Amino acid sequence: MIRLESDVLVIGAGGAGIFAAIAAARDGCRVHLIDRSLIGRGGATVMAQMTVAVALGEQCPDHWEYHLADTLKAGRGLCDPALAQLLCENAPLRIRELDAWKVGWARENGHLKQAFAPGHDRARCVYVDFLNTGPAVSRTLRAQLNRIDAIRRIGDVLITDIAVRDGEAVGAVGVHLVSGETVALKAKSVIIATGGLTRLYRRNSGSQNMGGDGYALALRAGAELVDMEFVQFFPIGHLAPRMIGMDPIMWDPFRYKLGGRLLNAKGEEFADRYGQAESGNYVLTRDVATYAIFKEVEAGRGSPAGGAYLSFAHVPEAELRHAFGPVIDRLAKNGIDLTKMPVEVAPIAHYHMGGVRVNALMETRIPNLFAAGEAVGGANGANRLSGNALSEAFVFGERAGTAAAARAKSRAAAGWNDKTAAPELDLLDTRTSGAAAPNNMAALVVELQALMADNVGPFRTEAKLRLALQRLEQLQRDLGPLPAGGEHYNMVRLDWFDLRNMLLVAQTVVLAAIERKESRGAHQREDYPGMLPEWELNQVLSWREGKLSLSRAPVRPNAQAVT
Amino acid sequence: MSKHTARLHIQRGDSGGASRIQIFDVPFDPGNSLLDGLRWIRATLDPTLAVRFSCINANACKECMMELDGKVVYACTQRLRDGDMHITPLGNKALVQDLVTEIAPRDERLLR
Repeated sequence: MIRLESDVLVIGAGGAGIFAAIAAARDGCRVHLIDRSLIGRGGATVMAQMTVAVALGEQCPDHWEYHLADTLKAGRGLCDPALAQLLCENAPLRIRELDAWKVGWARENGHLKQAFAPGHDRARCVYVDFLNTGPAVSRTLRAQLNRIDAIRRIGDVLITDIAVRDGEAVGAVGVHLVSGETVALKAKSVIIATGGLTRLYRRNSGSQNMGGDGYALALRAGAELVDMEFVQFFPIGHLAPRMIGMDPIMWDPFRYKLGGRLLNAKGEEFADRYGQAESGNYVLTRDVATYAIFKEVEAGRGSPAGGAYLSFAHVPEAELRHAFGPVIDRLAKNGIDLTKMPVEVAPIAHYHMGGVRVNALMETRIPNLFAAGEAVGGANGANRLSGNALSEAFVFGERAGTAAAARAKSRAAAGWNDKTAAPELDLLDTRTSGAAAPNNMAALVVELQALMADNVGPFRTEAKLRLALQRLEQLQRDLGPLPAGGEHYNMVRLDWFDLRNMLLVAQTVVLAAIERKESRGAHQREDYPGMLPEWELNQVLSWREGKLSLSRAPVRPNAQAVT
Repeated sequence: MSKHTARLHIQRGDSGGASRIQIFDVPFDPGNSLLDGLRWIRATLDPTLAVRFSCINANACKECMMELDGKVVYACTQRLRDGDMHITPLGNKALVQDLVTEIAPRDERLLR
């Protein structure tokens, strides 16, 4: 067994995890920044195409209170106001910090350029051209990390459980994927920054790493999850023709800059039938657009591959080239000429509003256990505005790092011993003793993704959700109680640990979705259309003695008066 | 069924023993990537095939580097084609398992 010890352990090296590590190191802590993949390359941050919402007032006058008002409105009454306020109030600090680190935000006439995005009341989103926001942010953050000696970066380590002693987090255990060795990481405070759960769905815009690891880690450690029924589908994910080397959510920036027309199979614009007319501008919010596309397909007016058409054929070639430069050549390599043809798009799993329940210091109800970024639930309520995900990652990451550092400095060494972590370590002891897997774990992942896409998508019914719950139980049996043995990047073993988390997290989504008998934001029940005032509350999940338990909690009150 | 089939000759094995070549016939639709094919093999024929990737399609993570017919490629941007394709791990990196090599920068490894 390989043993490591730090003041602050950060799990996940995307935008939130890196900001957390930098903040904790700045406050004098020794930090271990762990990722199951490469540092600063996996996760969602690197995939971001364009917008980062922030009330800078560079493009036009703005104030974080306006940003907050839009965020709360999009959240349909379910946002945790303290978290939403933290996001909006602190985003300018983090965006300026990245600017000072030379991320390269797009500029125009001596000021940062801010684009309008649906749901915002004004031009508010900074970006890096061309579709380069995520890669530029990741590169910038990696460069900062590399300068800080107090941060040890360790990739290829899969964290399998948080170690808890006397009700407090004392570290974590996991697998070093390259060697297969068990790793025990003792720490005074622990931050979960593992991102969301998009991998639960067949078509998704996230990376392979986003199977809800952090939600499962938090639950099993005794923390609560909130708002798990709210999975955001990105309405215009690329569907056809098959395109490689590009993120399926890349059409969003095209719409920010050029509008574009969303058409059904008859060539008609249809958004106005669902309450939002477009008239050349991109104002359609994600939940309405997703609904509209699904309904058009259902009515037999979908595109051949089962989505809608997105057309830029009315935009002159020179304008396309000016707005997207080299991206136009990458499209050409995929056989796509936007001046001549539309593409097909359809909703795709994109982001999770739900997540680990934390206070305004990002701490869970388990002392010393923090969360940051998409792993956190509550800031965005029932629907997230475009551009808020990266702001959330940066702001919550910095806040979690600062709070976790303060905690680490206030306590003596973590009360770790191997006995504390015995059940978790036993699971890892199967490395050499484990039996062969009874089923093809990779096939079970595919089955789970199909099950979730077909029955727990944006449009839900009691019957489908119940069916999903039953089949999740079957998948749990197919998984078996113990992982297969194996070393040296053993994918069967890795799949087992992934499925263990994915199945647990899928259950939380389904249970919360069954219970919420109304339609709100990203949770649309075909059997309960319409938003009900009595459902203006959050649902909370916890894990007690091997069983999930679901309860209701009133939406938290405002942290302070917000005008 | 798909009319197209790629015959993938894939190098298997770890740094400890002799490697072997295993052949998989992979049906595909025009446009599918090599990574699509490798993922199909894992879910359908052989889940033990080791291959690393994280972003799947965006060419953002840069993890799926391997060699096709002796040339370094990203599996996510290389398209499948009819006939033989020879897939081997990166030749200039330490082999971990099958197509997985030690690609992390040295100071980001657990065991340096």
